[in-house]
Amino acid sequence: MQDHFYLLSEQLFGKLQHDEILLCHFEGEASDFVRFNHNKVRQAGNVTQQTLSINLIKGNKQTSGHCELSGLIENDFSLSTRILVSLRKQLDLLPEDPYLNYSQEINNSENKHLNDLPETGEMLEQIQSSAHNLDLVGILANGTLYTGFSSSTGQRNWHSSKTFNFDWSCYHQTDKAVKNNYSGFDWKNTRLSTIMDETKEQLGILKTTPRIIQPGKYRVYLAPAALNEILSMMSWGGFGLKSHRTLQTPLIKMVTENQLLNPAITLMEENNRGLAPGFTEAGFMLAENVDLISNGHYKNTLANARSAKEYDQTVNCDHETPRSLNMSAGNIKNSELLSKLGTGIYINNLWYCNYSDHNNCKITGMTRFACYWVDKGELQAPVNVMRFDDTIYNILGSNLVGLSTEKELLFDPDTYHKRSTSSTSLPGAIVENFKLTL
Amino acid sequence: MNKPRTDLDHIISIFKSVVPAVDYWSIRLVETEQEGLSVRQDILQPTSTSFSKGAFITIIKNNGAGYAATSNLTKQGLKLAAMQALNWAKLTAPYSLFNPDNLPAVDYKGHYHTPVSRPWDSINLSDKIQFLQDACRALKISDKIVDWHSSLSSKQSNTLLVTSSHGHIEQSFQYIYPALSAVANDGSTTQIRSGGGADSAAQGGLEQLERMGFPDNAHQIAEEALLLLDAPYCPDDTMDLLLLPNQMVLQIHESIGHPLELDRILGDERNYAGTSFVTQEMFGHYQYGSDLLNISFDPTHSEQLASYGFDDDGTKAEHTYIIRNGRLERPLGGACSQARTGQNGVANSRACDWNRPPIDRMANLNLEPGDSSMKELIASIDHGILMDTNQSWSIDDSRNKFQFGCELGRIIKQGEIKGIVKNPNYRGISANFWQNLAMVGDKSTFEIGGTPNCGKGEPNQVINVGHASPACVFKNIEVFGGAS
Repeated sequence: MQDHFYLLSEQLFGKLQHDEILLCHFEGEASDFVRFNHNKVRQAGNVTQQTLSINLIKGNKQTSGHCELSGLIENDFSLSTRILVSLRKQLDLLPEDPYLNYSQEINNSENKHLNDLPETGEMLEQIQSSAHNLDLVGILANGTLYTGFSSSTGQRNWHSSKTFNFDWSCYHQTDKAVKNNYSGFDWKNTRLSTIMDETKEQLGILKTTPRIIQPGKYRVYLAPAALNEILSMMSWGGFGLKSHRTLQTPLIKMVTENQLLNPAITLMEENNRGLAPGFTEAGFMLAENVDLISNGHYKNTLANARSAKEYDQTVNCDHETPRSLNMSAGNIKNSELLSKLGTGIYINNLWYCNYSDHNNCKITGMTRFACYWVDKGELQAPVNVMRFDDTIYNILGSNLVGLSTEKELLFDPDTYHKRSTSSTSLPGAIVENFKLTL
Repeated sequence: MNKPRTDLDHIISIFKSVVPAVDYWSIRLVETEQEGLSVRQDILQPTSTSFSKGAFITIIKNNGAGYAATSNLTKQGLKLAAMQALNWAKLTAPYSLFNPDNLPAVDYKGHYHTPVSRPWDSINLSDKIQFLQDACRALKISDKIVDWHSSLSSKQSNTLLVTSSHGHIEQSFQYIYPALSAVANDGSTTQIRSGGGADSAAQGGLEQLERMGFPDNAHQIAEEALLLLDAPYCPDDTMDLLLLPNQMVLQIHESIGHPLELDRILGDERNYAGTSFVTQEMFGHYQYGSDLLNISFDPTHSEQLASYGFDDDGTKAEHTYIIRNGRLERPLGGACSQARTGQNGVANSRACDWNRPPIDRMANLNLEPGDSSMKELIASIDHGILMDTNQSWSIDDSRNKFQFGCELGRIIKQGEIKGIVKNPNYRGISANFWQNLAMVGDKSTFEIGGTPNCGKGEPNQVINVGHASPACVFKNIEVFGGAS
């Protein structure tokens, strides 16, 4: 796909008039998807897609077009040329854009993670075998993701990564299940077997009679996957430059009232992680790291090209939402998590979070999958699903007891439109007085 | 008038020349053209035009089914995709959840086209930009309006489903997506009001804008955002709840639509979107709500987002009662789910685009009007609250315990609206909530809405769904306001 994209963009540059600039952006994937239910295959297939975006610039005017490519140069050149001609006509009708912003420097880059992964069919057989007799439901995605940038000013960037993401649950009954994810650049059958064995152990605990929890305040352990749901909510408008300057950020009290989080909270956008591309659609290269919250203090925002121009900041992202978030670890050893929790709830997963009071960064959501009642440091029984509703200033502020020393790297399994390249590296957290409401 | 589709028949001819000998095949071609215009703080944002065309190919052979989706619609591309689909059929046959041979074959012809009276292109680009800039300016009525935004997008989609059993379903859809929003701020308080179609969208052309209040609602939206800044928080109390149609859309969607999707009941979504508190045994006798509750699967409102003649498996769509007089009649399950369970369903097997397989979606799911005017609904409430425009939604994976919030609330005392409150939220349990449906508004309160952003499926899909409803009153609901 790389050669095709560069050749196509070069041919398009040849169609430009002397005062025009063209930015070309490419996103592609060749992915297999196998969907499971009851450890059988519900749907399976392959998706190959290649999207070209072109941004035509003339003076301070710009407009953009997007199309699906076939992979055949004659067809794609013909289609994209027609779009280019159409954009040129549009441009005459448009006003100047005061926030037009694209990279004026030439920074070429190439980053390929094209390691060997087994064929998806082999993975399927391994899953069937290791999950024998389990009620497994979920999805396996396997294949290569591509991102490219090319400009008529001479810049070229390419990023491709071959990854898998197996995201699944094993059910005991009704809503009692163990959720797991195995994803990365290297597939190992032994690793999958180990996770399945651990799953079977947890399923044993789920078979005990569930404990009914009443609404109230509880001491809880939020496993990394559960804490990730809360960070995902914070990330929805919490760190974008535009949302801060227009006072729409849910962290508005950190901006206007110097509200702080717990000193243990340090969040950073880790652009050098390697899963997501290190360049933007406007050709800017991303700084390696961006400090978002340091020791509980709000630090920097994420600024895309347009906001950066509007508010006179440096470009450090594409979409003003973290895609490689890193949360610093704490000092609670994983072996001591249960004893440190003492009596309370071990929450493996949260689900369907949303803001219940945006100005106070108050978030509601549900517990899901395997969550356990813990008594004096011992797992006792599963708990039925409960709704929480609490502010981030409590959860990651005054009520935070501590963070685990060990962290997990969670690959985002989302596949809306295409497979996600986002990921989060984070520990688990013990929180007291966590508010359950229903 | 819809734009004529391109060379889809030619692509079908090519495919027929390369598809291998199998038990059954289908090819679904989808081509879309989208144009998006947006003005923020009176400045035109970068304009965008998108073209997409691709094929979703399904192959069934020897008890196995596989698919391949490709944008390479040349002979080589279609041949490769057909072989990939065949390979998946072979690979998965030993592990198949059900025998795909039991799925009904589509062996008939059909067509559907969105009626459009004012096409998108009937106004030129310059005039559309001017129109949007005027709408945007109308939102900036105070220095406390710190961000303001108008947008208008169009999408044309043509689909052609052809099967090896001589099925031929041709459909074309035209969608329009208008939106207005105003952000007001004072210190640490920010309030957002939206409207002008932001909570609905529609099928059709520019003729739909007036019905959705675009751009005429701009001033009211901005005024209400300012009023909310100084309004008290919604009180914490148990009281009667009057939901306007734009919130009923969300209520129906989350606590009736999703739990009744048959693939969820069958467990397909347990790892992602979730399961359901509804079981297969409940259909035919379970009392889902009060006897005022009448819910229909209705593809016949041409302006509604998910109206169509046939779903993406080719099943003909017809008006069907799902819940009648509160009693649960049938699930929302397409041909595949029906074959798996032997239950009746509806034509709701849908895919978001050419690159995703069809799954059960709710399409248009509407609450039928009752006989109470808005005046009568309000007069019936001694101690209650009206809620307007969804802003927050959260529900458990069985679609039972929910908590929803709105942009604006109005206190009702002794049958009269008294004052405005901010951050109104309410919570409940689906299985009980609909039993508390006490009054249903008449046709004068009935509005057509929906959302273009319903997410579900693995791989994930986001799709248009339509919901229409009158205003409704629910008794004794737990409502609450802010953080404290």
